Amino acid sequence: MRTISKEYLISELERIIIEAATVLDDEVVTCLQVGKAQETSKLPIHIIDEIIDNQLIARNERIPICQDTGVAVFFVEIGNDLHFDYNLTDAINQAVRNGYINGYLRKSIVNHPLDRKNTLDNTPAIIHYSLISGDRLRIRFAPKGGGSENMSKMTMLTPADGRQGIIDFVVNTVKNAGGKACPPIILGIGIGGNFEKSALLAKEALFRKLSDEALNPLDKKLEEDILKAINETNVGPMGLKGKTTCLAVKVNSFSCHIASLPVAVNIQCHAARHKEVIL
Amino acid sequence: MSQDIIKLTTPISDEARLKLRVGDLVHISGVIYTGRDAAHKLMVQAITSGETLPFELNHQAIYYVGPTPAKPGQVIGSCGPTSSYRMDPYSPVLMENGLKVMIGKGPRSKVFQAELVKNQAVYLDVTGGIGALLSKRVLKMEVIAYPWLESEAVHKLLVVDFPAIVAYDTFGNDIFE
Repeated sequence: MRTISKEYLISELERIIIEAATVLDDEVVTCLQVGKAQETSKLPIHIIDEIIDNQLIARNERIPICQDTGVAVFFVEIGNDLHFDYNLTDAINQAVRNGYINGYLRKSIVNHPLDRKNTLDNTPAIIHYSLISGDRLRIRFAPKGGGSENMSKMTMLTPADGRQGIIDFVVNTVKNAGGKACPPIILGIGIGGNFEKSALLAKEALFRKLSDEALNPLDKKLEEDILKAINETNVGPMGLKGKTTCLAVKVNSFSCHIASLPVAVNIQCHAARHKEVIL
Repeated sequence: MSQDIIKLTTPISDEARLKLRVGDLVHISGVIYTGRDAAHKLMVQAITSGETLPFELNHQAIYYVGPTPAKPGQVIGSCGPTSSYRMDPYSPVLMENGLKVMIGKGPRSKVFQAELVKNQAVYLDVTGGIGALLSKRVLKMEVIAYPWLESEAVHKLLVVDFPAIVAYDTFGNDIFE
């Protein structure tokens, strides 16, 4: 049985929390540059330039890319040969507390949805656990902003709605979101499973690399067709029209009931921040 | 492109405001005030119950932002706009009390737009997610009300060349249409 010390775990997570908030992945920047090259009018070019300049300032001066440093979302994969003599959830929340306070990140969590009192340390985190074989701990983290999350949607289609039903639902979701979701966006789409599984698939899809293509050919084709359809909507950067509405579409699928076709669309703004650590 | 940018100094005069047209790129300099969901709710409550407001609304500008905390040596942390539509239920009351400029991101309701035209106010759109860049345009920051709201408190900001785009003008034009 291998173990990972609580202190080491907390310090590694604190490090990736602060780094994720301030350093945008190079592949997002590359996609923005590709988008800019396709734009022909003044406003979308101006906006993409601002976004590219911003991430450079953020990176160089360690200022958060966006003031919305989000809900702390974790996917935690635990090797079944690992043993913890402490509460893992408590340790992760301690890292969130440390990271958000020591990193000067915004605390954006309220204790109850109706009394709305700020918890002042951005806890509790939202943590999704799964078991894997081996003795490693893989933790993926994303600070998920409220603007794009608010525009995300879930629906239960019927099997007859099929592929076109999925495309129509996703395109309408993006059109309705318009500038509110801070495009250029990235889409995580979950199809299948059930009510809650589809939302989880969509969230996890957002953690994939932008260059990653779905393994299942049906999912891969959906990714390509949805990306094309969305970039023809003319929503554009910040909803001010243009060709660059979406940088990437990621579809994750799961088996489902004979009666169902659950679809969830999780929207990610252009400040697509995430970090991973394997301990 | 720099010759295209219109320089505005706050409080923005009626003359300058009425000249603005949808799509104009502007640079704002001077004092602006911050407020988002929680502060708007409190300000509207204050007006309804006849209490004093954190600042005199007449001809002023509100920027919808909840910044990250300033690090030692910084004036302000990351300070990009939040989505404006959430302030739609509160904005008409503030405009009736003299507010003329609202700064945030994204489209707003038809009801809001009608109230905006009625009050001859303007709505300016700032690119979302560029809070690090915008932090360089803030020279001074001071919390002036509701400090317990933390990032949602009302801050008085002194800005220079703060970049925005005219999204709704006084003629009812809409950049998102």
